[in-house]
Amino acid sequence: MLEIKDLKVELEEEGKAILKGVNLSVEDGKVHAIMGPNGSGKSTLSYVLSGKDGYEVTGGSASLDGEDILEMEPEERAAAGLFLAFQYPVEIPGVGNMTFLRTAVNAQRKARGEEELSAADFLKEVRAKAKDLKIDAEMLKRPVNVGFSGGEKKRNEILQMAMLEPKMCILDETDSGLDVDAMKLVAEGVNALRSEGRSFLVITHYQRLLDHIKPDVVHIMADGRIVKTGGPELALEVENNGYADILAEVA
Amino acid sequence: MAEPATTSNTTEDRLAAMTLPTGGWSDPARKAALTRVRDMGLPGRRDEYWKYTRPETLVQPDAPRAAVFANDEERLFANRDVLEIVFVDGVFDAAASGDLQMSGLQIDRLANAQDIHWASDLYGKLEGEGHYVPRPLAALNTAYATDGVLIHVTGKAEKPISIIYRHTKEDSDAVLHHVIKLDAGAELTLLENGPGAARFNQCMEVDVADTARFNHVRAQGRDHERRDATHIFARLGTQSAFKSFTLTVNGRLTRNECVIDLTGDDAIAHVAGACVGDGDFHHDDTVFVTHDALNCESRQVFKKVLRNGAVGVFQGKILVKEGAQKTDGYQISQSLLLDEDSQFLAKPELEIYADDVACSHGSTSGAIDETGLFYLRSRGVPMAEATDLMTLAFLAEALEEIEDADIAEELTERLSGWLRRRRG
Repeated sequence: MLEIKDLKVELEEEGKAILKGVNLSVEDGKVHAIMGPNGSGKSTLSYVLSGKDGYEVTGGSASLDGEDILEMEPEERAAAGLFLAFQYPVEIPGVGNMTFLRTAVNAQRKARGEEELSAADFLKEVRAKAKDLKIDAEMLKRPVNVGFSGGEKKRNEILQMAMLEPKMCILDETDSGLDVDAMKLVAEGVNALRSEGRSFLVITHYQRLLDHIKPDVVHIMADGRIVKTGGPELALEVENNGYADILAEVA
Repeated sequence: MAEPATTSNTTEDRLAAMTLPTGGWSDPARKAALTRVRDMGLPGRRDEYWKYTRPETLVQPDAPRAAVFANDEERLFANRDVLEIVFVDGVFDAAASGDLQMSGLQIDRLANAQDIHWASDLYGKLEGEGHYVPRPLAALNTAYATDGVLIHVTGKAEKPISIIYRHTKEDSDAVLHHVIKLDAGAELTLLENGPGAARFNQCMEVDVADTARFNHVRAQGRDHERRDATHIFARLGTQSAFKSFTLTVNGRLTRNECVIDLTGDDAIAHVAGACVGDGDFHHDDTVFVTHDALNCESRQVFKKVLRNGAVGVFQGKILVKEGAQKTDGYQISQSLLLDEDSQFLAKPELEIYADDVACSHGSTSGAIDETGLFYLRSRGVPMAEATDLMTLAFLAEALEEIEDADIAEELTERLSGWLRRRRG
């Protein structure tokens, strides 16, 4: 279970407060969505949870299954079961996608005291999972995300998620830059990974992604706080009326 | 106190410590080279061309001692079908070398080549012509080389030639000179691997006739204390191709000069290098490419990874002569500085006397890409391993210049292993 309590975060360089006391609990097996206008702090929350540099936690806590994750290095958080699907997956010229995936899978296994996957087992698994996401052999061979279309990059994120089998998946605006078909494919990939032991935090501007990845709980974030929490109907309300009504109501 | 400059004493002191080989077809070339050395003087600190690299240890009469690097790993290019030629501290090792007979070419040793030899027209020729900028260490090499291979390629060589250098003595001081002549349409892949000696002065002249192809891949050996001064002089005929790649890991001082003349139309010359330096490491790539024909292409791709005070130097020039229209010249030199103590000094130069050409050059220095590093770490790859992956990724563009993908992969794997081993 991911538990965030009164989390306060500033931009390190500017000292500007972005998160102003976020409270959120995502239970095992549940899908929570966070919606909110631009600049509300949604992406910052995802970066802070995954350990990106440049943010300073000034208060509060975040834990995964009782372990304080804010003190961990990014790789330790990953090994603990946290996964961030990036809004803008990073291109790494010169590193093959396969090499990258195998290094990541084995590094996490090693960190957890498990045996590394053999080259043959890895290959078998990655091929099967890639096929489900319509990722061809050519894409696996290419350098990480280099020359990938927007849709390919997002599918590649989901493939990594499928291979790494995290407990807690954060999807940061995974629908941005995707057409309807690409979004469906990504959503199918995510839905296939839904299970009792795995939770999701889906960050999105729009309700449409939530048509495909059905959330259990929807939160509205504004100005660095969760201002409203409800069921899937809350997402529909946003879709129909925009954020203004909700923000006016909680103000 | 004034800085020491090269004086005739420095040059004469060095010459006095060597013996000029005599008594064969190469005598006139050696004597002419000796005159060049005296006219130019050996390089000193005040020479503009040696502004970023101190030449003293390459010039002093005795080689500074260099510990022999104990190495238990399999040597590079070992599992390939190649003809091996072995030099130990600059001395040919017949027992360790293969049979120097191969279809498509003729190989002789400089030390025992017969009196009238095809190489007499070439030995010292490209070197002698390659002094738009003085290269006295190359002339010194021509004058004093004790051995080397003379390879005349008449057709498509049936397999690559792999020259292996071994360093076994702490004070070895070797001077080797190779001459390679490719006839029209001929093809050869030449591999070189290993540290030549404690101090190694090597010169290679490559004459590539029309439509011939020459591929060269070199790994300079991991000895930490060795010092190398190498020169490649190449002349390219019409529609010929020349590709050379050098991997340098470790070494106290390395100066690799490459001088290429594109003299026939539609020729292609690619020269690339990757180096990884840690601590007391100084690596200098000095390249001079001259376009003197129509529609030729040249590429220079150099990448250096530097840490703990290591120093990288790149001096690269593209000279496009009058009339060399449709030239396509490209040059990139980049360094990855893994800390603030390391240094990269670059001097890219373009000199163009034709009006219908496309030439570009770029040079960058930077730290590791934080965004990429975070991406890798967010997937569970530990910091040190992620840094190595980013390092290999940085070098990849240079390694991709290697014609044979298999060889590129072997070098990449080996580099990856070295980085892993250092990590412990």
